[in-house]
Amino acid sequence: MMGYRAFFHGKPDAGPSRSRRAGKKSGVELAHERFKFIRLFFVLSIVALLVLLTGFIITLGPLNISVADAYSALLARFWPDYFHVETLTSRVVWNIRFPRIVGGIMAGFGLGICGCVMQAVLKNPLASPFTLGITAGAQFGISIAAVIGVSIFGGPYFIIGNAFVCALFCSLFIIALAAIKGATSENLVLAGIAVNYFFTAISQLLKYFASDEQLRLMTNWGMGDLAAFSWANSCLLLAVFVICFPLLLSKSWDLNIMTAGDEAAKSIGVDAEKTRIFIMIVTSLLVATIVCFMGTIAFVGLVAPHMARMVIGGDHRFLIPASGVLGGLVLMSADAVGMNMIAPTIIPTGIMTSIVGVPFFMYLMMKGKRKEFWT
Amino acid sequence: MMIKLQAKDIIFGYDSNPILENVNFEIAPSRLVTIVGPNGSGKSTLIKCIDRIVSPQGGSILIDRKDVTKMSRMDVARYLSYVPQSSVRIFPTNVFDTILMGRRPHIGWLGSEGDEEKVWDVLRLLNIERLAMSNFNELSGGQQQKVLIARALVQEAEVMLLDEPTSNLDIWHQLDVMNIIRDVVKKREITAIMALHDLNLASTYSDRIIMMKRGRIVAAGDPTSVITAENIASVYRVEAAVRNLSDRPMIMPLRQIKG
Repeated sequence: MMGYRAFFHGKPDAGPSRSRRAGKKSGVELAHERFKFIRLFFVLSIVALLVLLTGFIITLGPLNISVADAYSALLARFWPDYFHVETLTSRVVWNIRFPRIVGGIMAGFGLGICGCVMQAVLKNPLASPFTLGITAGAQFGISIAAVIGVSIFGGPYFIIGNAFVCALFCSLFIIALAAIKGATSENLVLAGIAVNYFFTAISQLLKYFASDEQLRLMTNWGMGDLAAFSWANSCLLLAVFVICFPLLLSKSWDLNIMTAGDEAAKSIGVDAEKTRIFIMIVTSLLVATIVCFMGTIAFVGLVAPHMARMVIGGDHRFLIPASGVLGGLVLMSADAVGMNMIAPTIIPTGIMTSIVGVPFFMYLMMKGKRKEFWT
Repeated sequence: MMIKLQAKDIIFGYDSNPILENVNFEIAPSRLVTIVGPNGSGKSTLIKCIDRIVSPQGGSILIDRKDVTKMSRMDVARYLSYVPQSSVRIFPTNVFDTILMGRRPHIGWLGSEGDEEKVWDVLRLLNIERLAMSNFNELSGGQQQKVLIARALVQEAEVMLLDEPTSNLDIWHQLDVMNIIRDVVKKREITAIMALHDLNLASTYSDRIIMMKRGRIVAAGDPTSVITAENIASVYRVEAAVRNLSDRPMIMPLRQIKG
């Protein structure tokens, strides 16, 4: 016979877990709910911060623009009936200040997500988007364009085109090598470092014979700068993003599992080596596109994933977007400081990112109580 | 559904060094089977071959009359789960997320309440619910082993493979882990196949023992027929006393057999 308790409180056959679910949650279940909320909240709040900072950074510069005018100028483009702003303000915002901010956010976002997936597939906290020798390849492309005058494209893409093709070639060479020899993380890191040295040596050889003008061209690119970001270039970058970002995000579960080691990954149904090669190809494409426009800004890709991991843990469904928006935030902020600190002189973005970012990262590192600082 | 596992003529080796030579066996459903043998006899390799973590160079593994060696990796993961000896995570992950990974063969990108519910159920089953939000790397060896077993359990495969699950544990935790495995084999009607060094643990818990030497099976059957003084002398080159304790043979190694 059904007991009175079951009669009043639910089905008699409800198992212990079912009834617990219907009733109060245990402390650890609540902690888990809270953790899931923080993950989502963190990503959304960084996005909000990006929007707020964009308005603020637009106001910085020789022409005085208020925050309200900045947002009005942006929105007037889409809803001209509701927002009004002077033509000069609109031009400065849309042609000068906003493209650079968008470029910074996109580049930072791309480097952040690439750093994140590279650290996962290489199982290495020191991995960055440049571990596969992309920078050395790009630098090599620029050196031959600058010194020998050999380039793949003409016109405005004289140097950029070379950097892109050589960067891509360099990383695909490493991936091919690893695919033949076995795409373990050790093989990839070793091949990456070796190829890096090789192309750096050739670039240095070319530098040795270069004239002053050629040297300047090569050095400026190496510092990393957002100046090359026009709307046309940003659209190109956006197109690559639209393809690459969903591809990387779709592999989130596989990346989660791969950080547990190749053996575990295989036993749960993930072909670690195939996934590694897939991720590398997508990453190379994305990073080569970013690098050819703005040079090397290595710090963002290394550090943004670590900062995100400290807050939201290792689930790549959240970690990839979080690393991206955080990368965008770091790069955009550092560029704003570099542009305005000793205006009218502009400090290259790459230099500024490290000068602003490293002390902040050091602070986070020291603050962590655990041994593993990337917790 | 109850399924039978069959291995036919499995061959595996590195270069000219053969590790498994024509291994054949058949395992009935819902059994706890241990594979024993000296170091280098191919126990762990056999476990890895069955799960195709390493690919056998010859032979076939039939499960439910389908050949594992011809399945996609994801399909293999639906039939077979694997518990590694140990696992270090490069980037810290909490216990809940570590176990949730086992749902990969069944899960959509978003994951679902149902998947999380299964993780909570297994956490409760193994009595480690309170560890859900702890960092996997900061757990003790016994706790880590339980989490890895939990990850294999949420995979809901019919056959669970384990590679020396008790090797780093004290005797209390050895019994704890073996009891868990015995219980889930009964409750969920799955088959567990494990490589094991400890002959007395194997004898106490196994329905069936497979004894290997240099890549070949030399004896297979219930504990009484496999754990004998003669087998231990020829396979391990150790003279041992074997006594029955609650119908299970227990061994006491006495001395090495030299020469």
